[in-house]
Amino acid sequence: MIGLTHYLVLTGILFSIGLVGVMRRTNLLMLFFSTEILLNAVNIGFVAVSKFYGDLSGQMFAFFIIAVAASEVAVGLGLLILWYKRNGSVDLNSLQMMKG
Amino acid sequence: MYEVIAFYLFAALTIAMFTIVVMSKNALYAMSALAGGMIFISGFFFLLDAEFLGVVQIVVYSGAIMALYAFGMMFFDTTRDVSEKMRSKKIAYTLFVLSAILMVVILSAPLVSSSVQANFPIVEHVGNVQMIGLVLFTKYLIPFELAAIMLLVAMIAGIVLASKKMDEHLNIEDEEIGNVKESR
Repeated sequence: MIGLTHYLVLTGILFSIGLVGVMRRTNLLMLFFSTEILLNAVNIGFVAVSKFYGDLSGQMFAFFIIAVAASEVAVGLGLLILWYKRNGSVDLNSLQMMKG
Repeated sequence: MYEVIAFYLFAALTIAMFTIVVMSKNALYAMSALAGGMIFISGFFFLLDAEFLGVVQIVVYSGAIMALYAFGMMFFDTTRDVSEKMRSKKIAYTLFVLSAILMVVILSAPLVSSSVQANFPIVEHVGNVQMIGLVLFTKYLIPFELAAIMLLVAMIAGIVLASKKMDEHLNIEDEEIGNVKESR
């Protein structure tokens, strides 16, 4: 039978996929995608804990995480479009104003 | 039995989709795979008796957020492959070690906290949506209102940021179109 451990392992796998994306990508749009993966992985974990402990708080947290993700995308995409118009590139290396 | 099959099917599909997102060089493929992965994650929510969150996942993530990305991609050159250079190896190795430690902490956290008490226990024979409504509008009312204000601020910020210099950009395109017409 599927228990809490199965879901937590799945959460861990998805979270590490997102972390790999955050680390190996330098395109800012891809970084946003990886952030979405991280948020979704955590959501699965919250809902699984909520189910197996019989507590609704986990689902509430997942609900607010979805709200935060929506507003993050709205602001982030606006900034990204502004940066693309100014620089013509969404590469992370183009953000280095001071060449350190 | 049905639950086991559904779990492994959705797990395999989600991992495959998200791996495509992380590894793909084309931004359009990555976005489509991400939308697919979001839908499959809502399958987990339905399996876990959280119907409300499953519907919200489909509506908000696959509907609103993916549509926003699709509209945002009109501003970028998506047909070109994403070219990325890896920076210094030392930073990458440090981050990999840190993420491995993080994984261990995440997976061992439920073992430490085995005595979790339910604050808002799930009542039998009451629908999930009804329970969520009751808890959301009694115990979590202030966070709910704050989330509403945050979404409003984010919407205004998105409109203001994305619409800056929109007319100039369009003017340039009009000139280019005019030049093309003249050269014919």
